[in-house]
Amino acid sequence: MKLHEYQSKNIFSKYNIPIPRGRIAASASEARQLCEELGGRVVIKAQVLVGGRGKAGGIRLVKSPEEAEEVTTQILSMRIKDLPVRKVLVDEAISISKEIYLGITNDRVKQRPVLIASSSGGVDIEEIARSSPNQIAKLHIDPLLGMRDYQIRDIALNINLPRQLWRPFGEIIYALWKIFVESDAELAEINPLVITTDNRLVALDAKIVLDENGLFRHADLADLRDIDGEEWAETQGRKFGVSFVKLDGQIGCMVNGAGLAMATMDIIKHMGGEPANFLDIGGGASSEKVAAAMRLILADANVKAILINVFGGITRCDEVARGLLSACDQVKPKVPIVARLVGTNEDLAKQILEGSAMVYVDSLVEGAEKAIALVKEYQQ
Amino acid sequence: MSILVNNQLRLVVQGITGNEGLFHTQQMLYYQTNIVAGVSPGKGGDWVLDGKVPVFDTVKNAVEVTDANASVIFVPAKYTADAIFEAVDADLDLVVCITEGVPTMDMMRVKEYIRTKKTRLVGPNCPGILVPGEAKVGIIPGNIAIPGNIGVVSRSGTLTYEVLYSLKKANRGVSTCLGIGGDPIKGMNFVDALELFEADARTDAVIMIGEIGGNDEELAAEFISRQMTKPVAAFIAGASAPAGKRMGHAGAIIEGKSGSAAEKVAVLKSVGVKIADHPEQFALII
Repeated sequence: MKLHEYQSKNIFSKYNIPIPRGRIAASASEARQLCEELGGRVVIKAQVLVGGRGKAGGIRLVKSPEEAEEVTTQILSMRIKDLPVRKVLVDEAISISKEIYLGITNDRVKQRPVLIASSSGGVDIEEIARSSPNQIAKLHIDPLLGMRDYQIRDIALNINLPRQLWRPFGEIIYALWKIFVESDAELAEINPLVITTDNRLVALDAKIVLDENGLFRHADLADLRDIDGEEWAETQGRKFGVSFVKLDGQIGCMVNGAGLAMATMDIIKHMGGEPANFLDIGGGASSEKVAAAMRLILADANVKAILINVFGGITRCDEVARGLLSACDQVKPKVPIVARLVGTNEDLAKQILEGSAMVYVDSLVEGAEKAIALVKEYQQ
Repeated sequence: MSILVNNQLRLVVQGITGNEGLFHTQQMLYYQTNIVAGVSPGKGGDWVLDGKVPVFDTVKNAVEVTDANASVIFVPAKYTADAIFEAVDADLDLVVCITEGVPTMDMMRVKEYIRTKKTRLVGPNCPGILVPGEAKVGIIPGNIAIPGNIGVVSRSGTLTYEVLYSLKKANRGVSTCLGIGGDPIKGMNFVDALELFEADARTDAVIMIGEIGGNDEELAAEFISRQMTKPVAAFIAGASAPAGKRMGHAGAIIEGKSGSAAEKVAVLKSVGVKIADHPEQFALII
């Protein structure tokens, strides 16, 4: 779960990581007033849950309250990567002498958390990581021991940080690690962490992504979820306990299990079709769940056929077949459905679906072929 | 023989009184698996499933009384790390963790802790182990595979069932099927499994079912080229997944360019692994 910058900064401030003075505003007049309070020179920052805000024009430096009002009006009318901007963060402008990158995330290869630091922070950090990996310092952290002072000195030395800043730098790293652990984060990032012209360290930006699986420990953080700021399908999927990712093809997919769902998309693509989505309905296949998944798929007007691929193991195929029929009764889909139910009691399932509008197929290859043919038929 | 599970197995079920735990204990018993005990804190002294399985408060108690040597975990995600620590501290040889949704930070601590212990961990978020015709530890449906000489190791659940079932339809049997799970931080990985299959007298060939994300398949390729004499065939799910999109499994995230299906396929091909175009194809190529 992604947090907004202002939410992440609130957390930073609880852990004593220095941030610019600033507040959130939901209207241009509020932004104008905040600008006045903050001394007239502020940065207006769109609050959306996607990267690339700056490049999209969602971060602007303004020099007067009037300008703040005008720019905020513009930003609040923007959509950034299809997400509406509902709030802006108004931060005092900081005089920067240098930008540093600092982040903690999980390294699945080393199976440990990793601290990443670079003397070249800012928007192009990923490019730097690719082109000049020697400018990136990494420290794998023992999750049982945590970090030790000497390791932080090592990092500071590695990124050529001026000695007088080592102590505040260490405090920021410890705080960031504490945030990472205590909020079950997948990412805690400061980009950029700046050295100001008067030689202080300030976190100009803040990005925290939480581990969904850890949210049960953090009711306070779970409350920060901005449902309007998330993609619609993501919110819907979570509501019905299915995992959904929208893609650009014409064949809607409904599958049980993430691996099988990917394999189903793969075979569609392999045979020359385009999947419209990834959808894992998880364990069981009640008619309510299947109906919800069907609605989710059909909300995409591009979808011209649906391929259902369910492996019945503990959940028997005949139960799934009945669930499918009842879901079709509820949703009344207007596109053809190809169903492949395989595993326990598949013959019963076949009997149940015979005579229904669904096309029953025995193999995955056949299912993909059939779905692709149906899309072609529609296009002609 | 088979890998990990054999006729010496004395299994304890952690979380035996929960819905999932109880249901799957019944299924494992139908499959003649040697379940000697269950654990459910606060319910020690009870018996479940018509008095077939005694319940203990702690794993340590269960081990003292029944001499259990392995456990399968069905406890809810919030208690899972504790359950694994408990099993490891009771010196069990094998712990199979079925539970999904375990916080990553919990698993990292577990992983760090077991580095120096003798316990082998499988999972979490995995379907477990099936030795067709002999035993099952976990939730793999028992009726979808027949005994034989093919070893199967997989990061996926239902996709594995799909493969087992298509092998069965082609009258091809399986020595052991091992689901290692889809989480980014987990116990055994492909290399550990391949090592066991290479040494297993009953296994003549291995099927590996991988997925985008991480570098498990790449490490497996390295191991195969260096030490594996038995033939290996593989399928990598996620060739059509767009870069950077999350596909349900926490593990299935493409990090930069590495971890993509194309890259994994290329590396595996280069060390002589046969690649299946789709999961139903294995019976033809192995």
